[in-house]
Amino acid sequence: MRPDVSCGMTVKAPARAGLPHLKGRPLAPLQLLIYIVLLAGAVWTLLPLAWMVSASLKPLSEVMRIPPTWIPLQPTLDNFRQVFVQFPFGRYLLNSVIVAAVVVASVLLTSSLAGYSLAKFNVPGRTFIFFLLLSSLMVPFQTRMIPLYRMAVAFRLIDTRLGVMFPWLIDAFGIFLMRQFIATIPTELIEAARIDGASEPFIFVRIILPLTKQALSALAIFTLTANWEEFLWPLIVSTSAASRTLPVGLQSFAEQYGTNIHWQMAGSVVAVAPLIIAFLVLQRQFVEGIAMTGLKG
Amino acid sequence: MRSISRERRRQAVWGYAFLAPALALFALIVVYPLLYALWLGFYDWPVFGEKTFVGLGNYARMLSSPLFRKSLVNTVYWTCCVVPATVVISLAVALLLEAKFLKGRGLFRTTYFIPVVTSMVGAAFAWKWLFEPTFGVINWLLGLVGIRGPGWLAGTTWALPAMMAVGVWKQVGFAMVILLAGLQTIPKELKEAATVDGASPGQQFFRVILPLLNPTVVLVLVMLVINAFRVFTIPYVMSAGGFTWATPGGPLDSTRVLVLHIYDMAFSKFQVGYASATAFVLLAIIMVVTIIQIKLVQRPFEY
Repeated sequence: MRPDVSCGMTVKAPARAGLPHLKGRPLAPLQLLIYIVLLAGAVWTLLPLAWMVSASLKPLSEVMRIPPTWIPLQPTLDNFRQVFVQFPFGRYLLNSVIVAAVVVASVLLTSSLAGYSLAKFNVPGRTFIFFLLLSSLMVPFQTRMIPLYRMAVAFRLIDTRLGVMFPWLIDAFGIFLMRQFIATIPTELIEAARIDGASEPFIFVRIILPLTKQALSALAIFTLTANWEEFLWPLIVSTSAASRTLPVGLQSFAEQYGTNIHWQMAGSVVAVAPLIIAFLVLQRQFVEGIAMTGLKG
Repeated sequence: MRSISRERRRQAVWGYAFLAPALALFALIVVYPLLYALWLGFYDWPVFGEKTFVGLGNYARMLSSPLFRKSLVNTVYWTCCVVPATVVISLAVALLLEAKFLKGRGLFRTTYFIPVVTSMVGAAFAWKWLFEPTFGVINWLLGLVGIRGPGWLAGTTWALPAMMAVGVWKQVGFAMVILLAGLQTIPKELKEAATVDGASPGQQFFRVILPLLNPTVVLVLVMLVINAFRVFTIPYVMSAGGFTWATPGGPLDSTRVLVLHIYDMAFSKFQVGYASATAFVLLAIIMVVTIIQIKLVQRPFEY
């Protein structure tokens, strides 16, 4: 695994123009200071995760010990057993996975279809549609959540997985992203396929989709990251383990058993680990996907 | 002629067919709720009882509501601390990571990015225990250097600043990635030319790098401001529950931010109309910020 998150922005060693720094010499004080600052920042960044993992592996009495024991003196996996056996974290995990999978699939499908249409089809009113989608990017979810809740009540979606996922099934930003990306595909390619008698769905599946892999993976990662930690909406719409995702499952656990820090941290590890592991494996794609939100707004 | 118009019609049909799923969902989960919220904002609708049209009454009520004012002040406080701190730290990290002699650059970048992909609720709970006054790691560390740490989340003075630190922690990696991408667009020759002309590192930064990076910094600023006005998870999770079952936004509403206020009004106090009106104020703030950004970035920029 290459620990490189350069997102295509490789830093080549440039022709040295500044103060000469000679190889083999001890670090200049300024350079030492830079290392210390960066290391301190890294420690601050990893502090909560280190504490979380450490606390999840030890009994409660040891969690509250001062000074803290970073490497557990009495290491145990019992907290994880408790979390899955005594509490419904397995169910929360399953809900999180299902909700994220459906939301990502739906966003990818609707965005690529609509983006293709807006980029390559002469649809009457497409300027207006595009403008409408773009302006909706300004609308925060919080402004829509009360009506969405009333809709969930009306459609009997309270405390169902469909209820948790339905406000996220499309993303105007995804449509915008795919439109911009598909616009760069030469139209001749599509026309050539039409002359060869290819049907429109065939062109979309066999020509457009393979050429947009990069944008699709960025959009998938961006959507997944946002959806995995979504908290406000499931807090409103989920009322039991039937539909609770990991973030709200953790919250409801805290409200009832808040003092059991060791179990709570084991649950937190379950909630944060999947995405962090995915990131460590697919670093470049993650950084690209998140950096693309730079286009947003 | 006929075949051209037929081809055009065929394209329109397929175009709409491809657009249909997105547009149907868009109408259902974006347009309709937005209009519904606007409409709700003009009504007083208590839990039990009939709704009554109050016009701009809900908006007028906000102006005189101490709780709304408190939540707005808290949100502005949050924004004014978290946004500059995040920008300064991420810019510093991005620049330090560009240092020529640095080893382990990739590893540092990976580390700083991890909070971006860390589910906020889990991390917020860990932070909550780190800030615990008696056995928390942060007060233990402060104790090592002879400082007696405050009660953090337990008191009205330090609760919000402690949460702000978490807000910065979460967003530095994200801002860093975008700033690094911006730094890569600055031609190396410009920096080198400045050095040859005898510019000090400080001059290089303020006279060459910062002006060229300006559009990226504006972009990051705007996104952070929008995020700041929508903050919810951190104050909610870190203020609720715990050893003593506390209300979200506490202690004494010192961490009650705008979205928490909207949430509380709508789903605990069941004042749906009033909460919708407040949500529209949030929308207005975000629109103003976005429009300012569009105006700032549209300014033609030349190297």
